[in-house]
Amino acid sequence: MSLLFDILSSVGMWEAVLRIATPLIFGTLGVLLCERVGVLNLGIEGIMTFGAMVGWLTVYSGGNLWLGLLAAAAGGALFGLLHGVLTALLGLSQHVTGLGITLFASSFSYFVFRLAVPTASSPPTVEPFRAYPVPVLSEIPFLGPVLFNQTAPTYLALGLVAVLAYVLYRTPLGLAIRMTGENPHAVDAQGIDPIRLRIGTIMAGSALMGVGGAFLTLAAFNSFFPTMVQGRGWICVALVVFALWQPGRALLGALLFAFFDAFQLRLQTVVDGVPYQLFLMLPYVLSIVALIVMARRARVPQALMQPYRRGER
Amino acid sequence: MRFERREHPSTTLNLLAPLGAVLAALIVAGLLIAIAGANVFEAYGLILKGAFGSRLGFSETLTRATPLILTGLAAAVAFRARLWNIGAEGQFYVGALAVAAFGMIPAVAGLPAPLAIVLCLGVGAVAGMILLLLPLGLRLKFGVDEVVTSLLLNFIAVLFVSMMIEGAMKDPLAFGWPQSVPVPDNAVLPKLMARTRLHAGLLIALAMAVAVWWLQARTVFGMRARAAGLSPRAAAFAGVPLGRTLVAVACLSGGLAGLAGAIEVMGVKGYVTTDLSPSYGYSGIVIAMLANLNPIGVIGAALFSAVMFVGADSMSRALGIPSYIADVTVALSLLTMLVALFLTQYRISR
Repeated sequence: MSLLFDILSSVGMWEAVLRIATPLIFGTLGVLLCERVGVLNLGIEGIMTFGAMVGWLTVYSGGNLWLGLLAAAAGGALFGLLHGVLTALLGLSQHVTGLGITLFASSFSYFVFRLAVPTASSPPTVEPFRAYPVPVLSEIPFLGPVLFNQTAPTYLALGLVAVLAYVLYRTPLGLAIRMTGENPHAVDAQGIDPIRLRIGTIMAGSALMGVGGAFLTLAAFNSFFPTMVQGRGWICVALVVFALWQPGRALLGALLFAFFDAFQLRLQTVVDGVPYQLFLMLPYVLSIVALIVMARRARVPQALMQPYRRGER
Repeated sequence: MRFERREHPSTTLNLLAPLGAVLAALIVAGLLIAIAGANVFEAYGLILKGAFGSRLGFSETLTRATPLILTGLAAAVAFRARLWNIGAEGQFYVGALAVAAFGMIPAVAGLPAPLAIVLCLGVGAVAGMILLLLPLGLRLKFGVDEVVTSLLLNFIAVLFVSMMIEGAMKDPLAFGWPQSVPVPDNAVLPKLMARTRLHAGLLIALAMAVAVWWLQARTVFGMRARAAGLSPRAAAFAGVPLGRTLVAVACLSGGLAGLAGAIEVMGVKGYVTTDLSPSYGYSGIVIAMLANLNPIGVIGAALFSAVMFVGADSMSRALGIPSYIADVTVALSLLTMLVALFLTQYRISR
């Protein structure tokens, strides 16, 4: 028991929760945006991989860290555009398109990475985002280092939750986005082009996914290597269901998830005799459990996965 | 710009779609090769030479196509019934692991070879089935979308394999490498060509393609699965037992993916590692789509992917272009195929 207490009362553990949650927050918000406008984006796993690679490559070739994040966002948006054209404009299967984009974006990332670094036994590292202690606030005991001694992208992620919630629920644009996810015909009748809105929103959501991926290379691992995203994208898709498509709950879900992840990482080092793979399975098992718990309560956007074609019902 | 649905989609267009899709993917990949600084024609020449140019290369291509045919079929049967089985990768691994575990039973090593082989194949297929019945059960019972659950199960399955081959099933004679105990000699699939890796699994895969075609085109089950995919409500109204049909589809799909894993471990490697599959499960999705979900078409699509993978390996060694170009081309061909299929169904008018 005292062991558990030691883990739970350590500042390092709670600091890690926010750090682990950051890419999930970006990714979950990205998926949430896409699904709110009525499009399932299974491209996330690949888009995160691409964001991770592009962010790393930008910084590796001399760019500034923020330029790296920007490049990742732009790269994500480009794949979002591809996804949007295929699913919103042409009305193709969202499942297959998303998987196709994941396969393409990740293999393309590996290809570019291998071109940039043809032979290297260990992946080259970059100078990552350093923790930025917020003046005064970071000196609060316990809470200070946990909440206010994070890297800049983490603050950005937290801020984004508020911005996104405001845009979705308090602006005409947000209303149009939510309405397109429920009933694109009604949106069209209002004189808004649901297809354009869908493409634009998917691009914005995919940009967030790209940034989430870049966080992995620019603030967590400091380097890029194939298969580094490790299903985080799929976990984000599950988290959106857990969050009932609401930004605030998405933050909660990401934090809860990151808590278990940080906890299992620490438990691994102190518990003997249990195969480490069981701990590593935990995040995926938890995601499935979250889906089961929430499936009954889920109020899915009504037009999710339904292509809109003018003149067709 | 508007899209008009074609009244009568032409058969010619349907047949041309995959060819056009592959061609478009090859052109884009060619651009990447050119950007990477190599001669595109030389690169494609080397890919073809690597895949067909020698007895060894040709046998490797067929060896590589074998699991791809099976995972392609697994995706094709599932997608046709709108069962989104994205978990073939995990099903492949548990299939392989189950065979190795079954081989550890002392009595198995004493069985006559044909019986041992048939039993092992069956065990692998059943393991794959079980792994897919899990997400299907969650969908039928709780309404949980099977896409994400079957995807997440891939990671769990590979971790489980890793746990077993470092633990209870670890080969004590492997100098500490994490690999499973080998399958018994009587369960090893016979070779088709001497001094190559090509094994009888290819014949099994081809037979499965024909069997799946027959099931889908000539049986009540095939008709029901198709109806369930086209319109579940209409199918239910017409008296199709949806739940039971989906369970049967899942058994077939998961079974095929598990079989792929079993065959790979019994024919090629002899033991299980966590790099047994260079994402055969995910490639199966591309192959199924390229084949437009047609079981016989899956054979051709699997061959195309195998040619790319095997050829790109040797091309990469010669020109220094990363062999990931094969993955890029195959993934691209999925996207171009989607567009090509769209063009067979719609015409663009102003």
